[in-house]
Amino acid sequence: MSELKIDRTIDARGSACPGPLMELIKGVKSAGVGTVIELLSCEKGTTVDAPAWIKKVGQEFIDMEEKEGYWRIVMKKIK
Amino acid sequence: MTKRIVIVGGGTGGTVTANLLARNLYRQLIDGKVVINMITDKPDHVYQPGFLYIAFDKIRPDEIVRKQRELLDPHINLFVDPAVRIDRDNNVVITKSGKEHHYDYLVIATGSKVVPEEIPGFREGAHHFYEMEAAKKLRDALRKFEGGRIVVTVGVPHKCPVAPLEFTFMLHDYLKERDILDKTEIYYTYPINRLHALEPVANWAVPRFEQKGIKYETLFNMEEIDARNKVVRTMEGTELSYDLLVAIPPHKGAPVIQESGMGSDGWVTTDRKLLRNAGYDNVYVVGDTTDLPISKAGSTAHFQSDVVAERLTSEILEGESSSEYDGKVVCFVETGFDEATYVWFNYKTPPKPTPPSRMLHWMKLGYNRLYWLSAKGVL
Repeated sequence: MSELKIDRTIDARGSACPGPLMELIKGVKSAGVGTVIELLSCEKGTTVDAPAWIKKVGQEFIDMEEKEGYWRIVMKKIK
Repeated sequence: MTKRIVIVGGGTGGTVTANLLARNLYRQLIDGKVVINMITDKPDHVYQPGFLYIAFDKIRPDEIVRKQRELLDPHINLFVDPAVRIDRDNNVVITKSGKEHHYDYLVIATGSKVVPEEIPGFREGAHHFYEMEAAKKLRDALRKFEGGRIVVTVGVPHKCPVAPLEFTFMLHDYLKERDILDKTEIYYTYPINRLHALEPVANWAVPRFEQKGIKYETLFNMEEIDARNKVVRTMEGTELSYDLLVAIPPHKGAPVIQESGMGSDGWVTTDRKLLRNAGYDNVYVVGDTTDLPISKAGSTAHFQSDVVAERLTSEILEGESSSEYDGKVVCFVETGFDEATYVWFNYKTPPKPTPPSRMLHWMKLGYNRLYWLSAKGVL
């Protein structure tokens, strides 16, 4: 995953409100098709919520990894 | 040498910052060693949380509007002349009239604006309460409403994140007062997989919704409104019919931000503690226009203004400052017509709603009147 070119980083660490998933939705809405987005979140719940939403709206979930004190989730806007 | 501070934007963030600076730097303003210029696009200042109450006939429109000039310290120069370009490399703001405002320090407080046009069918099919005229139209529609399904839905991003929840609770009490609750279905929807962005608030709201008979659906992101057939369609592929639709419009930053190449969708890249614009140590950002992942709300702007005013004052008087923003946000949450709760949180402390009470509701109603003291930098 480290070789993948990231087009946009959404750093939602420390975001209680609107929170990581809302930040991701905002980012996906404003991104162009083909954009690779990484989401950084300190909330463990994001590791379930974000991939579930990405799949539900038909976008491409690429990968997820745990870093030091946060998670990194990568997706691509495909439509 | 005179230090010139230019503040772009006359909302909560810009106004509080300007007035605090005028108080902190009073002597320097009198002596001509500091000049504070505010550039704004409107002569009036509107207390936007009041829109929620206008929709339910609880506040008159004229009660939430004051002249911007009357809110500002007399030593602050006010220019009602929209900024059209910010040139950070040459430290100048250019306004619609062509005037150039050169600065040593810049505060960007240009706020956010609703962009209902980003959702096809919004203008034709939906009501909202995020602008004065829209709130009045919604008030009129609610007065005529005699029953059916009212859908509340939420665009992303939006300011005042508790407002959709407050609206829903207040709607319940409004319909009850009008004796049409039993003829109405309230249907609340939310973009993420719970009732509110703040998890403790979401968990707190679930039993209250169930007790009040409010239906809800999550992971609901409106994509299109079919006004003719009265249907909302979502990014998730679902659709929902309505008799009256109350939709929180998505927001964007001010056009001047995008036109100056300062941030996508009008959000300015901002250091989360120092509140400086990335790469420009003499440019600060407060309020909705930051790209910080925190609530776009009046209290956020207010607490950020405290930090920016303190930082600028210390930088001008002593050459440096140690003041930092900790992510603090405070929100009252109306839970009906006679009770409210509140939450506060910051980057490190999660929110914890207190039990709703009449006292907190009265405090909120009191704050609706005291806001003008906040804007003046007194409260």
